[in-house]
Parts: sequence; C-alpha cells; structure tokens
Amino acid sequence: MVTLVIKRIGFMIITMIVVSLILFILLETGLTGDPATRVLGQFSNEEQREMWREQHGYNQPVALRYLKWLGNFATGDLGDSIRFKTPVAEVLLPRLWNTAILGFWTFAIMIPLSLALGVLSGMKEGSLLDRSISVFGIITTSIPEFASAVFFSALFVFGLKWLPGTSSMSSGFDFRQLILPAMVLIVYDFGYVARMTRASMAEVMTSQYIRTAVLKGLPYRRVILTHALRNALIAPFTVIMLQINWLLSGVIVVEFFFAYKGFGALLLEASLNNDIALLEACAMVAVCVAVTTQTIADIGYTFLNPRIRFS
Amino acid sequence: MSTTIAKSEMPQAGYGAAFIRALKSFALLRESWVGMVGTFLILFWVLVALFAPLLAPFDPNSSIQPFAKPGMAAANGSGTFWLGTDHIGRDILSRIVWGSRTVLIYAPLATLSAYTVGILMGLWAGYRGGWVDDLLSRIADIILSFPVLVLYIIIIATIGASGINIILAITFASSPGIMRIVRGLVLDLRNRDYVAAAQTRGESDWRVMLVEILPNARGPLIVDACLRLGYVIITIGVLGFLGLGLPPPDPDWGGMVNETRQMAMAFPHMTLFPCIAISTLILGFNLLADGLREISLRD
Amino acid sequence: MDDSQNPVLVCKDLCVSYYTRAGEIPAVVDFSLTVMPGETIGIVGESGCGKSTVAMAIMQYMGNNGGIKSGSITFKGRDLTKLTDDELRGIRGSDIAMIYQEPFASLNPSLKISTQLMEVPLAHENISAGEARQRAVEMLAAVKLPDPERVMEAYPHQLSGGQQQRVVIAMGLLSNPSLLLLDEPTTALDVTVEAGIVKLVADISKQFGTSQIYISHNLGLILETCDRVFVMYSGEVVEEGTIDSLFTWPKHPYTHGLFACIPLPTADKTTAPLKPIRGQLPLPFERPRGCYYHPRCDHYQEGLCDQDHFKMEHVEGSAADHRVRCLRWREIDHRKAAPEEEAKEPVKLGKRVLSVDGLKKYYEVRDTSLLALITGKRARYVKANEELNFTASEGETVAIVGESGCGKSTFAKVLMGLETSTEGEIRHKGKDISDIEVRDRSAKQISSLQMVFQNPFDTLNPSHSIGAQISRVIRRFGGEDDKKKVFQRVMGLLDTVKLPRDFYFRKPRQLSGGQKQRIGIARAFAGNPDMVIADEPVSALDVSVAAAVTELLMEIQRENKTTLLFISHDLSVVRYLSDRIVVMYLGHILERGTTEEVFAPPYHPYTEALLSAVPIADPEVTKREIVLEGNLPSAMKPPAGCPFCTRCHRRVGEICDNQPPPEQTVADRHVIKCHIPLEELRKVPPVITVPDESDRLHARQTQ
Repeated sequence: MVTLVIKRIGFMIITMIVVSLILFILLETGLTGDPATRVLGQFSNEEQREMWREQHGYNQPVALRYLKWLGNFATGDLGDSIRFKTPVAEVLLPRLWNTAILGFWTFAIMIPLSLALGVLSGMKEGSLLDRSISVFGIITTSIPEFASAVFFSALFVFGLKWLPGTSSMSSGFDFRQLILPAMVLIVYDFGYVARMTRASMAEVMTSQYIRTAVLKGLPYRRVILTHALRNALIAPFTVIMLQINWLLSGVIVVEFFFAYKGFGALLLEASLNNDIALLEACAMVAVCVAVTTQTIADIGYTFLNPRIRFS
Repeated sequence: MSTTIAKSEMPQAGYGAAFIRALKSFALLRESWVGMVGTFLILFWVLVALFAPLLAPFDPNSSIQPFAKPGMAAANGSGTFWLGTDHIGRDILSRIVWGSRTVLIYAPLATLSAYTVGILMGLWAGYRGGWVDDLLSRIADIILSFPVLVLYIIIIATIGASGINIILAITFASSPGIMRIVRGLVLDLRNRDYVAAAQTRGESDWRVMLVEILPNARGPLIVDACLRLGYVIITIGVLGFLGLGLPPPDPDWGGMVNETRQMAMAFPHMTLFPCIAISTLILGFNLLADGLREISLRD
Repeated sequence: MDDSQNPVLVCKDLCVSYYTRAGEIPAVVDFSLTVMPGETIGIVGESGCGKSTVAMAIMQYMGNNGGIKSGSITFKGRDLTKLTDDELRGIRGSDIAMIYQEPFASLNPSLKISTQLMEVPLAHENISAGEARQRAVEMLAAVKLPDPERVMEAYPHQLSGGQQQRVVIAMGLLSNPSLLLLDEPTTALDVTVEAGIVKLVADISKQFGTSQIYISHNLGLILETCDRVFVMYSGEVVEEGTIDSLFTWPKHPYTHGLFACIPLPTADKTTAPLKPIRGQLPLPFERPRGCYYHPRCDHYQEGLCDQDHFKMEHVEGSAADHRVRCLRWREIDHRKAAPEEEAKEPVKLGKRVLSVDGLKKYYEVRDTSLLALITGKRARYVKANEELNFTASEGETVAIVGESGCGKSTFAKVLMGLETSTEGEIRHKGKDISDIEVRDRSAKQISSLQMVFQNPFDTLNPSHSIGAQISRVIRRFGGEDDKKKVFQRVMGLLDTVKLPRDFYFRKPRQLSGGQKQRIGIARAFAGNPDMVIADEPVSALDVSVAAAVTELLMEIQRENKTTLLFISHDLSVVRYLSDRIVVMYLGHILERGTTEEVFAPPYHPYTEALLSAVPIADPEVTKREIVLEGNLPSAMKPPAGCPFCTRCHRRVGEICDNQPPPEQTVADRHVIKCHIPLEELRKVPPVITVPDESDRLHARQTQ
C-alpha cells in the first residue's frame, strides 16, 4: 500500500511538471502566435512589441525562462493579471473560494440523491422504478448546462419569479443566488452518477455471493447493507471523486451564465482577454485539483478493495 | 449431400451484402422502444439538415425584422416568422434549420477523427503492451487529467477558433478516453483462444488486431460512439455559448443562446428554441445508445 | 421431533419451468425423490438435464422467471412451496444449506471469513457473538482446515480454492442442517484437492448425520460419495437405484450409454474404444413424444417408445429400490446388445520427431514491494518450466499430465512459439525451435505444428463464419488459392469432423460446445500438420460429447499418423488414449514413461496420489486412498529441493526439502525423479486394482 501511495504522489508531481511545461510552451513561447501581439493587439507595431517583450523578459533563453517561471509559481508569485491589474493571487483565491462553496452545496445534494436512486434502481433491475430513473437520467444528461440554465431561468426567474436571475452576490452572500447555479449542476450530473451506481449495484446483486447470502437465510436488510453495498459502493466512490474534475468544467458555463464570481468565470475571462499570467495560474490550479482528486480516487479504490489491499 | 456446391450458395462478399446486413441490424432496434425514439429524433434532425434550403423560410444571416414574436408574419409579406426573430432581425427558425447542418457536419467528423486516432492507439497499446503502452497510457493520463472544458479553452485560446481547429481540439481531447476504452477491451480479448489460434498461424500483428480482435469489440464501441457523438454536440454547443465556437455569422445553436440571453426576460423565444433544438438532438443520441446497450445485453 | 424413520425431503411429481419471452421452457419434468435421514443421494446428468434446477427449486430460489408448475416439495413434513418468505428464510442456512460450484465466487470478497461464518448462527439462533465465534472456529477445525484462527481473520482471496470450499462447507454446516445440497462442489478444483473435499463430504454424514444431495456430472464421484443415485436426462429421471445395483446392472439405455462413454480402466483406444451416444440432447422446447431419449436409443421400437409419456417402473428382483423409465428394460440385455466393432489398427510408431532437452522457462515478474525497492532486487522469477526432458515419435500420443500451475500450458506456449525458452532446446524434425518466436518461424514450421484449444467457447472468433475461419487456415498452409478448391477442402473437413456442410455459413454462437470443438479440431488439422498439441480439448465438454470428440481426435490421428501431445489433468482419459505419459508438478517432470509403466508401480509419490484421486465409475475397481495434506508452494518461491516436498506423503526427511531429487531410470525411457530408492518404490502395492473379466459380478451372475 505504502509503495502505491508513494508512486501515485510521484506520478502526480510529474504530471504537474509536464502540464506546466506544456502550458508554458503553448502560451509563453512563440509557438502558437506571438505573445506580444496577443496582448497588445493586432494593431500594435513591432517597436511596441519588442519593448513589451524586453520588459517581460521574453528575450532570455527558453529553458531559463521556464525555470524562473516554475520557481515563481511554486513560491506563490503568480504574476500580474492584465485584465484586473492586480497580482493574480489576489483575484484567484477569493474566486476559488466561491467556487468551492458552490461545489460543496452541489455535491451535498447530488451525492446522496444519486447514490440513493442508483442503489434503488440497481436493486430492482428492470422494474418500472429502474426504467423511469434511467430514462429520467438520460433526459437530464441530454440537456447541456446552458440549456437547462435557460429553462430554469425561464421557469423560476421569469415565470414564477421565485429566484434571482443573476448570482453576482453584489450585496454580500445571498443563499438564494446559489440555488439556480447549483440546481443546473446537480440536474446535469446526478444522472451520470446514478447510472454508474446502478450498474455497480446491479452487477453486485446478480453475483454469486449475494445468492449465498440469501440462501444462508440472512434477513434482506443485512444482505443489502452488509453484503451488497460494501461491494457496490466501491466503484461509485471513484466516480464521485472524478466528478470533482468534471465540476471544474461545469462551473465555467454556470458561472458565466449566472455571473457568479467564481473560478470558472475567471478562467474564461482570462482566455477571452488573453490574460496569460491569469490563464496559466488558473490552468495549473485546475489541473492540480484534478490530479489530486484522481490520485485520491486511485488510492481510495485500492484501500476499499480488500483483494488489492491485502495481496 | 452433394460434393459440389452451386456458386450461389457460397458466401457473398462485398459491399452489397454488408449493406443488407446493416439494414437487418436496424430491424433489431424494434426490440427497444427507447432506441426507436432515439433513432426517430436523430433522423428528424438529419432530414432537417439535409433539406435545410427547402425548409428554411428565410436566409439565416439576413436581418429582416428585429424582435418579432413567434408566429408573427413578416411586415414585408415575405413569410411568417414561425419561431420569431432575434435582436438583429434574423429568423430563428431558419437559423435553427441551418444550424443543424453545422452541428451535423462537425460533430460526426470530429467524432470519427477522434475514434480513428483512439482506436489505433488503443489497439496498439493494448495488444503490444510494453513501452508503447506505458508511453501512450501516460500521455492519455496527462491529457485526461485536465478538466475537459479547461482543456478546450486552453487549446482554442492558443490556436484560435475555426471549424478545423474545433475538430482538432475535440480529437485531441477525446482520443485518450477512447484509447483507454479500446485498450481495456483489447486487454480482455487478446487472451482468447481464437487470438492464440491466429497467432500460432503466424498472422501479422495488424491482422490480428483488425480482423480478430476489433470486430469483437464493436458492441461496446458502437454504444460509446453514440454517447460520444452526444458529448461532442454538447461540446460544440458549449463552446459556441462561451464565445469560443465557430466564428459568426454561421448559425451555431450555442452561439445563438449566448447572443440573445440578455433579452431572455422579455423575449424568451430567442433562447428557448435553440436550447430545445440542441437538447432533442442530444437526447436522440443518448436514447439510441441506451437502446443499443439494452439490445446487446439481451444477446 | 427427530423421527429417524421419516424422510427428510420428499419431492413428488415435481415440474419446474422457466417462463421467458419465447414461451414456457420446461426444465424439470415429473421428478420424484425421497431422502431419508443420514442418506447421501446423488443426482447425475449432463448439462441441461435439470439437476441444478432441482437444487434451486428445493431452495425456492429460481429467479424472476422460474417457477414450480406442479408437484410438491415436502421438507420434514412442510410443503416448501407454500411457505412465506419469512418461514423460508428461517429454513435456509439453518435447516437446508447449499454448497456451490465456484467457491471463490460464492464468498463475499470484501468481508472476512469470520464475519461470513458467524452470521449464520447469529441470524438463526439466539446466541451471543462469542459463542458464534467459538462454533465457527470449531467447525473450521472439523472441516480439516489447518490454523483455523488464521483463516477466520483472512479474506477469501487469501485462501486457496480447496480451502475456500472447505470454508463454504463449514458455513453450511454451522447451524446443523438436516439437509445439505452440493451442486458440483469440486468441478472448479484440482484433482488432488478434489479428493480431499470428496472425502470430507463422505465423512459429513457419518459425523453429523446430515442428509446430502450431491449433484454432479461425474459418475465416479457419485460412486465415491453416495448411497443412492438418480440419473437425469433432459429434465426427467430415467433411472434410480442404489450405487451397487445401478452401477453394476444399469438398465436404462442412457445410463448404459453413459458408462460406455467414460474411459473406465477397462476401455482401450484400439481394442475397446469408447462408444459415444449418437445424436444430440434435445432442446427444451423440442422434446420428442414419449421417451425423451428415443431418438438416440439403439433399442428404440417404433410405436412403443414414441407414444405417450410414461412413468418409472420398479425393477423386479433387485435388492433395493431400483426403478427405470423404460418400456423395454426387460427385453434388453446390454451385454449382448452392442455389436462388436472390429478392433482398430494401432498406429505404428515412426521415428523421433520431438525431443525436449533441458527446457527452462522463467517468467520475470517485477517486484513492486517496498522491500524490493530498497534492496534493489526488482526482478523475481516464476519458474514455470524447469529442466524438462522427454521425446515423442511419429504417430505417438504423449500425454502431459498435471494440475493447475504445473507448467503444462507454459510448455505448450513455448512449443507453439507464443513464448521463447529461457534455456534448453526443443528439437522438432531436427531444428531447435525453442527460441524462435512464431513470427520468425517459416511457414512450413508453423503449418507442421498446430493446436487444439481448451475452451470451446473461445476457440472460434465469434464475428466470423465457420467457413471463413477454416478457409483462412487452408489458404495460409494448404497451398490452395483457388476459391473453389478451398471451398471443397473446407467441405471435406466438415465431413471428416462429422458436421453438416451448411455449417460453413454459420456463426459460432449457433453451435454447441461439442460442435465448436470439432471445428477447432478441423481447423487444427486443416493444414495437415505433423504434430498437434491438444490442450485439455474435452475438459469443458459433457461426458457423451467428450467421448465423441475424443474418438474423432483418435480417428483423425490414426488416418494422418499425426503425433499428438495431449495435455490434461484427467488421468482416466489419459490412460485411455495415450501411449506415453509425462507427469508434471510445479514446472518439473516427476515421472515419465509408457502408460502401463506409469500406471503400475514403481510410482513417483505424486503419481501415486494422482492415481488415487481419480474418480472411477466402476464399483468393482479398488483404489488405495491417499489424501494429500499441505499446500501447493508459490511458483515464485519453489522449494530448494523436491517441489513436491510440502505435500508428499512419503517424504523421507530433510533431504527432500533441500536437495533436488535425482532422475532414476526404471527402464528404458521410464524415469522417476525422487530421493526414495527404486527398490522401495517397487515394493509399493498398486493404487488401482482392476478385477479380471471372469471375476466380475455380472459375469458370475445373470441379473
């Protein structure tokens, strides 16, 4: 086990370094267009660009620039945001926190809901309940987030007038502004997690050891709770950890739509405005979160599965 | 039992027979009503896209009469705005009809491209293993460690938005996932005795991969392809919505929603109809995938 | 309330059907059975006969689409079909318990053994956890598991197959049930492990007084464990009786046919070949009128056997209750009925074609433990083949015998070129092929060496038609390119394997297991190879199908004078068809010689144990009982000395653990690898004793 953890963390670090290299090459070298032109615009002239490059240290050798950049990054100096005219860290951290709040509430509702529905439909495979949940899940995953945002807005904001249309939280934290963004995320994702849980549960329910448990005369509750769930929930655990990765994508659309001042909207703004330092920082943070959750998922799966843990 | 058999009894090869076999497998779909509904939805949009010039009452890009409500007739008598017009005056129905073409050209192309790359990499990694597998799997892991939309944003931000670039971006972002699936299937299938039989005949690696292994992986891959087409359509829609999609004025359903959402309170039709359009198309593919999965499980 | 004269279980005219979208499929028809206390009943039959369905019906666990159509199942006076769910739950596990075919799949991989054992009495009786634990530990000792405390704390995957099955048996016996159902409990286990389980099962009724129903397809196992036996065919019982009377005087043509299919010690491939049952098992919804067996019966009489369905009749004059479902049983004299076939010409052996010399195959395994990282010794070796030496001649059948993990499959892979050897030579027709991979071999080398695979369901590519697959082989090796000629050759091959010609167009999933295996044989012989390796070709097939396929293989070999390397774990089949035998254990060859030499003393101790473990369905054959204790060592850490030292019942002392045993030559090409001196081994009495024909019961009596 210990070796596995060490290996995984090592791989995580390597991934981060490789990603940083890729980002650096894409954004900071001239490979995909001159950074100066990107920042200063099409109509700047060569002199201005040269000055900008000199100012920002672009004329040094690439390897040196990369190491400096990496060093800065690791020590917390993330550069300055062109769009916001402040150090990146000052903009990034509060936004990250906001997204964390949104993510927390989304998961707090989505996970119990999808696990419960998944387990119930897996237990009674082929039943009406199962088919209805399945079809409902398919329908919800077919509606892109921006479309469901449109539908929910039309219903709750313009129609019933229950909820506010934007979530900019301009007058302090308002829980009601969190509802629509969270709802869009929950509705879109619960179908997938429920389906994975259902598949895992259905597979377990048809396994031979469940037959053994039933034919031992155990009460049905014990069969489900002790024998079935113990095995059926291993796969959904990994799925849920990986949903954090998905969440980072999902919040981009939702925050953009509802003007929620979160990390996703920040990333989008950075890319639309060619704010390189901000974009790099956001990308690295996103990948860091993603890779960490994947590592936790991997380690967790090994830990939960006795066959691998004690081999 | 005669010793010679007439030519007509010999197995027919060629495309004619393959086409007939494909038609026969469509008939299987009758067993799953979910699959039927999905196919119907997809066919509907395919026909709309095919006959776009005939179905669209107006030119999708010309500004005629802004802010018309659905069902309103054009002031100059040239037709009816069945779904209304947007803030620039373009007929929404026409834009949706022509937009279906955009989606139904780019999405399958991108998916096909991703699949070709993914299958080739997955076959090779799964069958030969060794350092190639290690390398490809590590690369796949790294690409897959990006949150998907973040990856797209970075790619489009660096290489710019255009039709070809979007296909490239989708290929790049999707093929690792496909590679993983194919690799998993190949790892399972390569231990079968019929593969060993082919190997002991001295068949070449590529023949074993393409003739012996790949046809037996087609079940899960076809289901995945349908689902993935759905995801790709969502991606194209989302990119359009975020302003990173195909550049205007090509009608792009996601772009349509983005351009008109500020006015959604007063003129909901501008955002609602493109959303319904894209949702039904994606629903079609997801239902079809579910139907295919149901059928393959029943076998 | 334990009245030992009342039956424990009575099934009366039981009919069980499955209800699918295709309609009703009767699985069990008119089944009647009585089990007395302490009795062990055997139910024997081939796949699809309904024996497992009977067990599930007794447990009332037939799934969503199965149900009892008519008849009753009475357990200790209560009708099981009329009980509520709660009442059923009370009986299951405590009064009726079940043992399953695959022990690992039947245990929950995420729970400790202690939890899974203790919950049985805790759910049914009012006892404390401490008491339950105590009982569990005692039961583990009763099923002869060494170190019960360690087993309690283990997870299922940490135990071997045999240990897992003992745990399942312990789990079944914990609440002292009156009835134990065993559904093929040893099919998934190695032969020597199976012998231990079989002995345990036989002891259970003596020790605990439990009645047992033992379901199997293997008549030999039934003989060793049961008191009475029921033979099932296509959903109904065709004959029932005590072991003695049914095994000595089988009355039903199917029962008799089954015995003729089994390679008993009296069978011989040239003088007394197996007689496969012709025809096929009828599909459940295509059962014929009258007697279900009549299309395949040699004694079929039109107008009599194909009329209405009929009941079982008592065989008069038999000592105990012997019943048979046949209208002609009085007239049929099985001894005279079968026409004598001419003895086949034995194949004349030619020159030496295969010579294996000092072959070693080690697999490298990366050790990823922390210890290895630190010490730097990352590579460890699985010693799959160690110093193999033997030869084969043209036309000869050499059997490679051993249990799982002995290295026989690895050897096959090296021979076929799917792997290369680590050391040593394999000379085939003069050339050393041991280090040449398949892709580097010449077309001639490849075509002269082909293989028949074990698993009929995987042996053919499901996506291509049969004809396409065989044509491919012919085009590659047969030297034919012309479409018409290739087609003719394929047709010829289909004839040779006795399959209808229109199978050319079929896909594998439309064929049965036996038919697929025949195609596998056709494919292997399509290129006219000199040598064919058959890797357990009939292990996955039913008895009657296996007999047909075995005979087919023999016939083709005779005609083409092919050298056959027959890999198997089944010593009965091996004795039947091989000329020479090589016995492998943990990568070593422990004994090799001709069939007669290996089956007679002097034996290697492992051969002795193997012979003792083979179930033989002949009640007059006597066998010495040898049960091995101890565990199979890991292939990565084999013992420094003899690989068999951890389980050997004749272990001499420390020399066995530390020094590799020498090869002792008993006769020309009969070699035993053991420390025990040959004179001592020669004194060992034979394991299997077959009485002479004249001494047999049915020669002496006329019943």
